[in-house]
Amino acid sequence: MEVPEELLYTQEHEWIRVEGQNAVIGITQFAQDQLGDIVFVELPEVGSQIEKESPFGVVESVKTVSDLYAPVSGKIIKVNQDLEANPENVNSEPYGKGWIVEIEVSDAKELDSLLNPEAYLEQCKKEQE
Amino acid sequence: MSQETSTNLKRTPVNAIHKELGGKLVPFAGWEMPIQFQGVIQEHQSVREGVGIFDVSHMGEIEIQGPSAKKLIQHLVTNDIESMQDNQALYTLMCLENGGVVDDLLVHRFSDDHYFLCVNASNSDKDFQWIMQNAGSYDATIRNTSQNTAQFAIQGKHSVALLQKICDTSLDEIEYYHFKKAKIHQFESIIARTGYTGEDGFEVYIDADHAEAVFRAILDAGKEFDLQPIGLGARDTLRMEMGYALYGNEINETSKPFEAGLGWVIKLGKEDFIGKAELKKQKLAGNKRKLVGIRLLGRGVLRPHYRILKNGAPVGELTSGTFSPSLNTGIGLCYVSTECAEPGTQLEVEIRKLKVPAEVVKPPFLPTRVKKING
Repeated sequence: MEVPEELLYTQEHEWIRVEGQNAVIGITQFAQDQLGDIVFVELPEVGSQIEKESPFGVVESVKTVSDLYAPVSGKIIKVNQDLEANPENVNSEPYGKGWIVEIEVSDAKELDSLLNPEAYLEQCKKEQE
Repeated sequence: MSQETSTNLKRTPVNAIHKELGGKLVPFAGWEMPIQFQGVIQEHQSVREGVGIFDVSHMGEIEIQGPSAKKLIQHLVTNDIESMQDNQALYTLMCLENGGVVDDLLVHRFSDDHYFLCVNASNSDKDFQWIMQNAGSYDATIRNTSQNTAQFAIQGKHSVALLQKICDTSLDEIEYYHFKKAKIHQFESIIARTGYTGEDGFEVYIDADHAEAVFRAILDAGKEFDLQPIGLGARDTLRMEMGYALYGNEINETSKPFEAGLGWVIKLGKEDFIGKAELKKQKLAGNKRKLVGIRLLGRGVLRPHYRILKNGAPVGELTSGTFSPSLNTGIGLCYVSTECAEPGTQLEVEIRKLKVPAEVVKPPFLPTRVKKING
């Protein structure tokens, strides 16, 4: 299972890549595999605020609906419009073309509560048992 | 993930093969069944464009044999089995006295005094009890053979060529909704030209002891046709594109068969059967609601229980909903008031906080390709 070293993770299977004041958010390899074929991503509006651990969007596979939870609070500065036409990118490249939103992080301290790759991998293993 | 429950689940005779093939197994109607293998969309397209195999051994089989077998079945079901020929299959409902649906099922006739029923997995015990309870004075033996019977569906345009390779009878001679006893890979089987996908294909019934050998033989024979194993996920998207009712979603013990568009299997002209009086009343009263197809015009996926609105006012709730891989859009089934049931009627679906435009469609959502001889 692919859990890139340079990212931080949530228990809800989102990843976050911190780039200065900003951060890119997506869902993990494990999450996309659990969901199966993703056919729709409901994106938030650019400029809207998202709150740590609150839902900010929805990912739908053929089988199920899954909320997206904000790893940290912030303001949406970019959304991956390409997912409207190609939601399957979340399946094929969850850490690349399948990114979901980019935010301006409100409080960098919130990042401390996120899971490092080791801890996240551990959690996935438990869930798989 | 749900370890504690998986130990109590029943397993079909080919459970080990599902695991070998990388199937994701989930609890379904008391069984451990594959929800998907390669992915729902790919599996769906394999059936629409090539051929797929489904393990549907969870389905129930009930055999009825004896001098009064025919009379008993006539008493139990809403369709008329009087004119059935040997080796013919018939879709029907079994209703309660109040017209609610006990189950929808297929009746297969071996001979005038010998039949077998294929019933829904979730209902097989209930159906067997119901039949026993109503069989009092009839001279017929009723056996629940579900445990000893495996069932596989081979569906898609290559199904005939594929199965013909390992079968000792000419499959071209089996017409739609007919069946034949023949050998597949040397084992006695019942091969029925039926299905739940809208494609040409077969549902085959095999003794559970030989099921694994037969399944492997079909997989081998299927290599040249790129045969794919199909899970319950794609089974659901395939049936929904056809607008086929699913027991528990579109029909149940409180639903009205005429509203469900199943009046064609209710033969009020035949002798007495359970539910006839009430169904007659329902037919005379006319439908207040009607089951229709709903096609989403905006982006998204439909799900059961989503509310359907017309000019902002609720007119119904989806009984089934999914994403149609063939149409690349959300589709569903819904009972709506009859004034909204006309195809093309513009409606809205409440999806979370949004109201997304949708329209009424007369199912099927795409043309069926079954080999219908006489409609």
